[in-house]
Amino acid sequence: MKMRVLALFALMGIATTGFAAAPGKAQQIAEGEKLYKYWCSGCHGPGIGQNGAPYLPGETALRAKYKGAVPGLLHERTDLTPEFVKLFVRQGITIMPFFRKTEIDDQQLDAIAAYLTRNSKTK
Amino acid sequence: MSAADFNAAITKFKAAVGEKYVFTSDEDVALYRDAYSPMWGTPQELLASAAVAPDTVEQVQAIVRAANEHKIPLYPISTGKNVGYGGSAPNLHGSVVLDLKRMNRILEVDDRRGFALVEPGVAYFDLYRHIQEKKLKVWIDCPDPGWGSLIGNSLDHGVGYTFGAFRDHFGSHCGMEVVLPNGEIMRTGMGALPGAKTWQDYKYGFGPYVDGLFGQGNFGIVTKMGFWLMPEPEAYQSGYVSVPKRHDIIALVDHVNYLEHIGLIGQPNYSSPLGRTQRNEPDLRALVGKAGGPSDEELDRFGAAKGIPSWEVELQFYGPAKTVAANWEYARERIGASIPGSTFRDGHSYRFPMTDEQKAAVEHKVAVGIPAMSIFSIGARSELNPSPTDGHLWFAPIIPKTGEAILESQRAFAKVYQEFGLNVGGIFQTPATWIYRAFVMIVGMPVSRSNKEINAKSMAAFKRVVEVAAEHGWAEYRSPPAFADLVADSYSYNDHALRRFNEQLKDAVDPNGIIAAGRGGIWPRHLRGGRKA
Repeated sequence: MKMRVLALFALMGIATTGFAAAPGKAQQIAEGEKLYKYWCSGCHGPGIGQNGAPYLPGETALRAKYKGAVPGLLHERTDLTPEFVKLFVRQGITIMPFFRKTEIDDQQLDAIAAYLTRNSKTK
Repeated sequence: MSAADFNAAITKFKAAVGEKYVFTSDEDVALYRDAYSPMWGTPQELLASAAVAPDTVEQVQAIVRAANEHKIPLYPISTGKNVGYGGSAPNLHGSVVLDLKRMNRILEVDDRRGFALVEPGVAYFDLYRHIQEKKLKVWIDCPDPGWGSLIGNSLDHGVGYTFGAFRDHFGSHCGMEVVLPNGEIMRTGMGALPGAKTWQDYKYGFGPYVDGLFGQGNFGIVTKMGFWLMPEPEAYQSGYVSVPKRHDIIALVDHVNYLEHIGLIGQPNYSSPLGRTQRNEPDLRALVGKAGGPSDEELDRFGAAKGIPSWEVELQFYGPAKTVAANWEYARERIGASIPGSTFRDGHSYRFPMTDEQKAAVEHKVAVGIPAMSIFSIGARSELNPSPTDGHLWFAPIIPKTGEAILESQRAFAKVYQEFGLNVGGIFQTPATWIYRAFVMIVGMPVSRSNKEINAKSMAAFKRVVEVAAEHGWAEYRSPPAFADLVADSYSYNDHALRRFNEQLKDAVDPNGIIAAGRGGIWPRHLRGGRKA
């Protein structure tokens, strides 16, 4: 399990340094990555879950939902659109509540969406 | 509240905090809904009319003064993440939510005297990161989700996972700053002494101790609060004790209480190995499901035949490595000599400080003071739970810290849950042990944003189980807003003397009833006719 966690961190590192974007966009993506780690990775990041469950709740849920069709970790997805990301942040889904603007304001949400869609093939 | 007063107050709120931080559009105000409301989308749903988010104590004062002038009900929230107990929605429909999330300063952390002083918007994650970055030698005690506010959680009597004294988050606070309903600032305990050097060291100051009024109350807005922190221990060791028979839980709890109350262990975690096997044991499911339920003797026979113990408890030891090992040895000897058939196995062992890699590998992070979100595994979509609900209502009754009370409450509550067709609780349920001197037989009743029948069933079951609890001398320590009046109503000794006293205070301190009307079941005079009980 320990190796798996490390491998996922390594993957995350590759994923976050492998893009090439315009300077303004790159800055927004970097900001989005920080915000994503602060607000989202507690459930959607890599790592073990409650009492040693193999994944954190967000990854568990998305693995169960998509059954391997897309990665269980959001930051590894290449099919997300900004609108899709914003919808779930502002509306929540099942037990994930929505986020207020004092937590994630619209500009910050744009940055999170930019980060999660940095590798998207669907724009 | 007239439209003219509302509009005038909104104008003053904007002057106080800036336009950006006054939220009035439907889209923005909808973000203050309780995501787990059992009344979602019904006329009964408790909704905010607007929200205002100050950044300073002075701004809070200005908002309170404007609210008083125009008689606008305010509902303060800290991080607004108290999901299952109301989230960021008010008890009184139409209140303006006072969102304190922007007030997120960590004002002081002292790892020699062991305290922190923080603002309401500081989450457990924030304080943990601050302590790690500064390499301070203290732990925090976290509730399950680390995104919660230290102040908000403690004011709702929230709880955690290390030693008893720290698990009681309200009990481990020391000193408050409060904006009173008239807009004045008050500091409690030693904080009332100008230039005090011990605001976070001695709780009581001189005279009556009033801090309790601000927990689950509506007498002011807490803008700063101190918390005691646990010194980082050298080592952690857990050990598991199993006992074979149903009634062994009685002696087991007594031993574990002794170990805990004398200071040898932190939080004990009870579970039922026999109960865990139900999924794979159709014969056990049939036995549990038979009319009238199984007797304890039948369950003991089943467990003995399969070699599966009825109960297990995880004991958690913190301290120097040598004493941790000795205390675990003592626990084994003590329980082994008393309960025939008890068995023991070592659990996890850690040394501190930990590397990031070691922290990532800890299975139950909050047990070693690391905030996490992994509790959301409960209820989240998974292979075993492909159609998750949209949240839950926590029913959290306090029962005595005895094995007898566990056995009695299992059957009393299971009857209600079965009656309403809810798959919660049951005769293998073990208590939550966050509270130092009592057990909580907590269950989460499902809620849905799309299926009103699920919500109606959970609400009806909730109401009934509160009544059943009260008939047994048990009641909830905490409640979603929809049931605050119902729960408060069960605390009715001497014709509701406690509530009448609280409401006398409310009338004196907050005559316009502008602060968190209905919180804790306490209503201002002009709204008392509308209790939901």
